[in-house]
Amino acid sequence: MPASALAELLKTYESELLEEWIGAQRAAGLRSDLIDLDTVVSNSRELLKLLAVAAEQGIDDLGARHWEPVRGMLERLSRAQSRQGFSPSETATFVFSLKEPLFAKIQQHCGAASLNEIWNATRLLDRLGLYSMEHFMAGRETVIREQQESMLELSTPVVELWKGVLAVPLIGSLDSNRTQVVMEALLQKIVETESEIAIIDITGVPTVDTMVAQHLLKTVTAAKLMGAKCIISGIRPQIAATIVHLGVELGDVITKSSLADAFVVALRELDVRLVSRPVLR
Amino acid sequence: MGKRETFPLKQETDIVLIRQRVRKYAEEAKLGIVSQTKIVTAASEIARNALIYGGGGECVVEACSRDGRSAVYLCISDSGAGIADIDRAMVDGYTSGSGLGLGLSGAKRLVDAFAIDSAPGQGTRVELWKWR
Ligand SMILES: Nc1ncnc2c1ncn2[C@@H]1O[C@H](COP(=O)(O)OP(=O)(O)OP(=O)(O)O)[C@@H](O)[C@H]1O
Ligand SMILES: [Mg+2]
Repeated sequence: MPASALAELLKTYESELLEEWIGAQRAAGLRSDLIDLDTVVSNSRELLKLLAVAAEQGIDDLGARHWEPVRGMLERLSRAQSRQGFSPSETATFVFSLKEPLFAKIQQHCGAASLNEIWNATRLLDRLGLYSMEHFMAGRETVIREQQESMLELSTPVVELWKGVLAVPLIGSLDSNRTQVVMEALLQKIVETESEIAIIDITGVPTVDTMVAQHLLKTVTAAKLMGAKCIISGIRPQIAATIVHLGVELGDVITKSSLADAFVVALRELDVRLVSRPVLR
Repeated sequence: MGKRETFPLKQETDIVLIRQRVRKYAEEAKLGIVSQTKIVTAASEIARNALIYGGGGECVVEACSRDGRSAVYLCISDSGAGIADIDRAMVDGYTSGSGLGLGLSGAKRLVDAFAIDSAPGQGTRVELWKWR
């Protein structure tokens, strides 16, 4: 039996299939909070049409050119749904729920060849379902990557505490990329503001390993070459103990337990004295 | 036997996850905050070595006990080039790359028991224990 039996059915019974498919999707449960019925109907109608056209030219190779429109549509739809908050099964159900109405049609019209045709149809729909899933996941991964990138940018605030005093409060896990970005931002800002002192606060950093230590040391050295002095603050007792056991030498870097202490040191370095205003009567 | 999990170690972000999980296990073993930080840092060192020099591998984390004290056990392995001279690799300051050369020796000082098994072409396996 040629593949066109399937194409023939899809074309001849298009409107019946559409109606029953929508029914099957509704029975499986539609996310009415995320998608309205009109959209479901128009998506379904479009895919049915594309399927009929593509199936006419053979259903064995979904990578073939004539499947391009179907692939394109599923890809767009699945990516969009992964962003909109559909679950993987909700997205997969779109394609899979076509099985029931389609198999029924095959049974009614293909006689002795039914079994064979059902097998063809199930293989086709399974592959299309998997294709949807791949792009659903790809959509998720894109979202994750974007979030990671935006976090990289968000977490590098270099602030000026006083004319000539910069501070960068590091928060979260420091891995190569992020540390590099922060450190470069700090050096850049030292140049821009002609600051003499930079405070690197690591209160929010859960782990200081040799890689983080090395980044810190490199930054301190680079800052020194630009004429600025670094103070590392927020070294909690457990971090101090760990650094000592690791054997990392912070050399002549000034360290302080809190950002406030570091700020006082910085002001002293700049010869700034803070006095409380006497209370006048 | 206690809880046991295996984590892949294929990219930088896997190290972040491993650190988080090790911290969780350390908390559950009721290790003090200093001990928690030490085992997490040691895990970070060894995991990064396995990734950089060993081309990636995996990390097993297990809750166990040692002489009646709750403990965390880690086994980080790779099937990379291996280490020809372990004694030299364990020396403070030795690095074949551009590190500080303190990861292996430092990790050993951070934990209560340390074992390393490696040979050229055989990959590397490091076991770490920290107990309460
Ligand atoms: N899993 C491994 N596979 C192969 N070689 C390794 C492995 N782990 C360590 N080595 C070798 O041992 C050397 C010392 O490792 P160690 O972690 O002490 O220092 P490092 O990684 O070079 O620098 P640091 O950890 O201080 O940033 C490495 O430079 C590398 O040559
Ligand atoms: Mg190392």
